[in-house]
Amino acid sequence: MRSHLRGMTHHYCGTTAKMPYSHVEFKMNYKAEEEFPDLSAHNNHMAKVLTLDMYKKLRDKQTPSGFTLDDVIQTGVDNPGHPFIMTVGCVAGDEECYDVFKDLLDPVISDRHGGYKATDKHKTDLNPANLKGGDDLDPNYVISSRVRTGRSIKGFCLPPHCSRGERRAIEKLSIEALNKLSGDLKGKYYALKGMTEAEQQTLIDDHFLFDKPVSPLLLASGMGRDWPDARGIWHNDNKTFLVWVNEEDHLRVISMQKGGNMKEVFNRFCIGLQKIEEIFKEKGHPFMWTEHLGYVLTCPSNLGTGLRGGVHVKLPHMSKHPKFEEVLTRLRLQKRGTGGVDTAAVGGVYDVSNLDRIGSSEVDQVQMVVDGVKLLIEMEKVLEKNQPIDSLMPAQK
Amino acid sequence: MRNTCRVPCFHFFLGAVSEIRRSKVFPFSNMAATTRDFADYPDLSKHNNCLAHQLTPEIYKKLRDVTTPGGWTLDQCIQTDEESYKVFADLFEPVIKERHNGYDPRTMKHPTDLDIRRGDLDEQYVLSSRVRTGRSVRELSLPPACSRGERREVQRIVSEVLAGLSGDLAGQYYSLKGMSEADQQRLIDDHLLFDKPVSPLLIAAGMARDWPDARGIWHNHKKTFLVWVNEEDHIRLISMEKGGNMQKVFERFCHGLKERLIHKQGKEFMWNEHLGYILTCPSNLGTGLRASVHIRLPRLSKDPRFPNILENLRLQKRGTGGVDTAAVGSIFDISNLDRLDRKVTRLLYMDDLKLFAPKDEKLLQQLKLVKWYSDDINMEFGLDKCAK
Repeated sequence: MRSHLRGMTHHYCGTTAKMPYSHVEFKMNYKAEEEFPDLSAHNNHMAKVLTLDMYKKLRDKQTPSGFTLDDVIQTGVDNPGHPFIMTVGCVAGDEECYDVFKDLLDPVISDRHGGYKATDKHKTDLNPANLKGGDDLDPNYVISSRVRTGRSIKGFCLPPHCSRGERRAIEKLSIEALNKLSGDLKGKYYALKGMTEAEQQTLIDDHFLFDKPVSPLLLASGMGRDWPDARGIWHNDNKTFLVWVNEEDHLRVISMQKGGNMKEVFNRFCIGLQKIEEIFKEKGHPFMWTEHLGYVLTCPSNLGTGLRGGVHVKLPHMSKHPKFEEVLTRLRLQKRGTGGVDTAAVGGVYDVSNLDRIGSSEVDQVQMVVDGVKLLIEMEKVLEKNQPIDSLMPAQK
Repeated sequence: MRNTCRVPCFHFFLGAVSEIRRSKVFPFSNMAATTRDFADYPDLSKHNNCLAHQLTPEIYKKLRDVTTPGGWTLDQCIQTDEESYKVFADLFEPVIKERHNGYDPRTMKHPTDLDIRRGDLDEQYVLSSRVRTGRSVRELSLPPACSRGERREVQRIVSEVLAGLSGDLAGQYYSLKGMSEADQQRLIDDHLLFDKPVSPLLIAAGMARDWPDARGIWHNHKKTFLVWVNEEDHIRLISMEKGGNMQKVFERFCHGLKERLIHKQGKEFMWNEHLGYILTCPSNLGTGLRASVHIRLPRLSKDPRFPNILENLRLQKRGTGGVDTAAVGSIFDISNLDRLDRKVTRLLYMDDLKLFAPKDEKLLQQLKLVKWYSDDINMEFGLDKCAK
């Protein structure tokens, strides 16, 4: 192989060598051991699952759009571990990845999603009528409520891999679809590129604006490419329904409002999503969805519902209680600081949201948030009176 | 992650670069080719770099479906392998021309000359002197694109080459991976250690992938000759020491660059007649050389003509932390601007720096000397601007 390359370097005529047609083939010049990443210092799901044998088997494969195993795992190789969060360490570049690289991704999904098997089926339920209660979370404690999810548009590569042309096509389709929304969902699109100072400031003040990713996890997977080309934010006039275009996923859909009326938030969420989905379907570009994976998104951690529903809630006593973590685990909830992932809690206010994504429906997950937060507030009130919470301890859900 | 070339079918033409048809499932594959090509053309309206100036839609259209033998495409914008410079010449030639003062790689030849005649600078002002360059190992992909296997191969070859150095160039290799705390601290204290790039320019090009795998530092026992492996280029060579004896620094540099050592490994450096030594970034083509001094210029640096003086001398300044830093205590890092089309020795005539002197009459004397000298070697120093 090398002697052929030497010929090519100096003159391009007269050689009948078969030239490699992609870097994947070129890399086959090196043994699997030579190409295998050093994961000895790593702590993420990918590093725990990927073996040399698996690498040998998958390294010469690529999806029809050209995404390879090395592309899938690069972010996990470059980012050995997050101090507080067990990161996934791999991404999908297109829908087919979940099939071509299933030997790697199925076990990663299983580890990440509590044992979800390759044969399991995922249930989708976006009927808000099925949510019980949720309209009366105590506003003295619950500052705001929010539900978000992501959607990928079939026929396009995902953010780590999409070309500029694809990204622009996604933006164009999204704008067309969103412009068809009416009533209290009626709104406007703000492209990141060419946004005025004034618009930018308003969006920042409303906490709507997303910025170029700085997280090395996202950058290492290629999601920051061509920023801010074809990125933008759409929101309704009431500022309760928000769509991010081409950030970490093709679409991120967010419903939110001040106070504790999670039912209303979820209602708007479901209706808005379904309306958007209809429009995309009409245009021949439905959302990526399978019976096994549910809604297909870039990061394997967001498969299934891709839903994170939660509240900003004041729990100054509860959060200092030694059993706080245990309660959350039993309720199948997680906490974050109030700046979102990777931030600390300010003034005892926590972002409490569902832990699960796959294997349970949207209604199930929001129900867990509603029920769980209600209990946490009860416990907080009890602690305020200096009484123990033992009798309130929940069973493992 | 990156837009690797699309598969599967390709046509192979004897005597020409292979072309790959993109058979990727593009949603608009039945759109007119012109619209499709334009859809991917990057928006460079707010960009201020050589690429933005030179990449026209026509060039993009012509080159977007072409790949190098290693499988790299135009969208992988920065250098990925030696062949990229040839395959994407329509783009790189104008970029090189713009960055390197009108140098036309198509027609011009780059001279290499590693012979210096004088270079002794006033140590009252010059704190340290340094010469650095880069080298790439032929047949291995460059840092933005190399696979782990290739990068490890570069490390293996280079550490074997360096093990062959002797005398005052004898030294030791320290791999970044698995470096002991003690070694790490010592290298930091000596200002020899390089770290994972944080510059978005380098990261976006993919140079930080798999860090710190196959990266390392070699230096001689005297710590005057340093080699960085697999940082921004395959090899960065640095010769340096305190004080102003640039000649000595340069001599050591030339001795260290023994190409025959790499030939023993069955390898050679990437070089051609038009581009000189080939490195990752087009700004480093030619000699890839940066000769610099840390120099104290508290008064001259405050003079509004300072930037002009530097420009006329074909020099550039940086703060003492290197590129992208500010000057500390009026100490600047002054180095040559040109890489291509200058004989290396001419770059090292730094007599002009002696324009800074404590007394007026000394200054005038020096000006006369420099003028007489510069006439001799036929090199403009823009003295009129300095002589006020």
